[in-house]
Amino acid sequence: MTTPSKIALTSEPFEPGALLTAFCAGRDETGAVASFAGLARAEKGAAVALELEAYPGFTDTAIAAFADDAKTRFGLQDYAIVHRVGRIAPGEAIVFVATAAVHRRAAFEACDFLMDYLKSRAPFWKKEHGPDGGRWIEPTAQDRTDAQRWD
Amino acid sequence: MARVLLFGRLADLAGWRDRAVEAGSLNGLRGVLAGVDPALGEALAGPGVQVAVDKTIVRGEAPLAAGSEVAFLPPMSGG
Repeated sequence: MTTPSKIALTSEPFEPGALLTAFCAGRDETGAVASFAGLARAEKGAAVALELEAYPGFTDTAIAAFADDAKTRFGLQDYAIVHRVGRIAPGEAIVFVATAAVHRRAAFEACDFLMDYLKSRAPFWKKEHGPDGGRWIEPTAQDRTDAQRWD
Repeated sequence: MARVLLFGRLADLAGWRDRAVEAGSLNGLRGVLAGVDPALGEALAGPGVQVAVDKTIVRGEAPLAAGSEVAFLPPMSGG
């Protein structure tokens, strides 16, 4: 499989289904594609928007280094990661991850592994905007525990 | 002149996120920033704040060249 693995940070909304369709196209040696889409929650009105800040050239490089390690660790054929930055409204997609492998176990596990990293350790800064203003948030204890499962 | 970038809560605290500052070293730069804005100077030295020079994390003192990019990174939240 020669498709280059790709990472994109985008300030524009994206459609996870279209990304998955594109990722699956033209494969005749891939037995398994796993994917994940994370959406912004409204938290019953407590969250008006989510704001994600990245450091272009640093954030994408850090994600690529981690994802390339994951590719080797799980024997992936390739992967795609698309991450929103900027202001994100409830219901919009924040992140899309797809992994391709010969068999399903590697695809599932690598997708889970990449999401645990993206949710807890990737270089983003996250602000939740509620009805009473915004606040910067740090990874939850659960996010850290999820990421430590793989250590 | 070094280009200084602030992220997350540090940018909110300072009221800016991208500024050119004259400094020949990282400690010199910290001194200049703290002289202008003591609260920012304290926050930049606070726990969990990392520094990247030209997009590589550095620890402690580092020389700065003309055109160096210095980014102050508060604890990362994940996406």
